[in-house]
Amino acid sequence: MITVQDLHKSFGDNEVLKGINCEVEEKEVVCVIGPSGSGKSTFLRCLNLLEDITSGDVIVDGYNLKDRTTDINMIRTEVGMVFQQFNLFPHKTVIENVMLAPRKVRKISVQEARERGEALLEKVGLAEKADQYPAQLSGGQQQRVAIARALAMEPKLMLFDEPTSALDPELVGEVLEVMKQLAKEGMTMVVVTHEMGFAREVADRVLFMDEGIIMEENTPEVIFTNPNSERTKNFLNKVL
Amino acid sequence: MFNFSRVIEFLPQLGTGLYYTLLISVVGLLIGFILGAIFGLGRISKNKFYSIISSVYVEVIRGTPVLVQAMWIFFALPIITKYNMDSITAGIVVIAINSGAYIAEIVRGAVDSIDKGQMEAGRSLGLNKHQTMRYIIWPQAFKRMIPPLGNQFIISIKDTSLLSVILVPELMFQGRYIASNHFIALEIYTTVAIFYLVINFSLSLLLRYTERRLKY
Repeated sequence: MITVQDLHKSFGDNEVLKGINCEVEEKEVVCVIGPSGSGKSTFLRCLNLLEDITSGDVIVDGYNLKDRTTDINMIRTEVGMVFQQFNLFPHKTVIENVMLAPRKVRKISVQEARERGEALLEKVGLAEKADQYPAQLSGGQQQRVAIARALAMEPKLMLFDEPTSALDPELVGEVLEVMKQLAKEGMTMVVVTHEMGFAREVADRVLFMDEGIIMEENTPEVIFTNPNSERTKNFLNKVL
Repeated sequence: MFNFSRVIEFLPQLGTGLYYTLLISVVGLLIGFILGAIFGLGRISKNKFYSIISSVYVEVIRGTPVLVQAMWIFFALPIITKYNMDSITAGIVVIAINSGAYIAEIVRGAVDSIDKGQMEAGRSLGLNKHQTMRYIIWPQAFKRMIPPLGNQFIISIKDTSLLSVILVPELMFQGRYIASNHFIALEIYTTVAIFYLVINFSLSLLLRYTERRLKY
C-alpha cells in the first residue's frame, strides 16, 4: 500500500527526515512512536504530500507521489487524514462537514451523501449531533466527527497525526475506541501517537523514530518488552 | 435662524443629488469589492507577478489622496488617453479603484487569519485548492471581513462628496450649488449632513444584521 524509499525532508537548512525506508501492507496497522521533534508528523504528512518531498520516493497505492503526472488530489481522495487539532470546518454543521468532500469531489447526490454521512456518524456514536456546529461539541466528539469526515471519502488508507494529543485525558478513550473498531474492520492505518497502550494493543508493527530516522521497527511485543536499540529502551523508560 | 420651509422647494434637486450619490456608491463599491478580492488574493498569491502587481496597486492608491485621484482621472487621464469620460463614470471609477485598494487589504487580512489547518483539512480530503478556497476558506474569511468592510463602505460613501470637484451632480454638489445661489447655507448643509447620516446609519444596521445572520 505504501512504499517509502530513502525519504529526505528539509525545512531550509534543517533536515528533519534523514532517509526513511519503510513499507506498509494492505490492512496493516502501523504505529509511529518517538520523542517530539523526531520527525514523526513530518513523515506522516509526506505520505499525502501535505509536505513536499525533498528527495526520495513515496509510493502510495502504486502511484509515485514525486511523479509530475501523479494527480495528488486523486491520491488524497484515497488517503484519509485525521489531525491533532481536528480541523473541522467551523462554519458547517457536523453532517455538512462529513458530506462536503463526497459531494464536491466524488460528485455523489445530496441524498446519497447524507445517507452515507448519517451512517458514519452512527458508527462513531454521534448520530444525534448531526445538525450541531463543531464548536458545540467536546474535543473527543469533534475528533470522532473528523474521523467520520475522512471515512466519508471511503479511503483505502487512513493517516492519524497524534489524534488524541489535544484532548483532555477523559476524552481520549472514546477516540481510541473508534480507531480500534476501524482497525478491526481491516482499514490500513498509519498512526503517529503517544498512546503506548493503543500501539501495543492495536498495532501490527511499531516504528520507533528518533532524529529523523527509523531507529527500530518491530512487532509491539518486541518493541515494548525487549527492544533492540538503547534509544528505544530509554524512550520507553521515560514514557511508560 | 433656521428656516426649513425653504429647503422643501429644493428637495427635488437634493433628491437628484442623493440618487447620484447612491448610484456611484453602490456601483463603485461593487466594482471595488471585485477589485479588492482580485488584488487581495494577489497579495497572498505565490505567483510573483500577480503579487507584485497587487502590491503596487494597493500602495499607489493608499498613498495618494482621493481628491488627487479624482482630479487625475477626470482631468489628467484624458490627456493621455484622448478620451473624455463623463463625470459620473469618472466618479464611479474613482470610488471603485480607491475602495478596491483598501478592500484588498481587508480581504488579505481576513484570508490570512484563517487557520492553515483548514486548508490542509480541505486538501487532505481531495478538494483542490480552488474548491477549498471557495467552500472552506472564503466563507469563514467573509464573515471576518464584514466589520472592516462596513467601515470601508461608509468611508467611501462619504468620499463621494469629494466628487463635487469633478462636477459629479451628487448630493454635496447640489447642496453647494443651492447654498451659494440662494444664501441658505445653514439649512441646506444641515439637510445634506442628515442625508449622509441616514444613508450610513441604515448601512450600519444592515451590516450588523448580516453579521448576526452569519453566526455559527
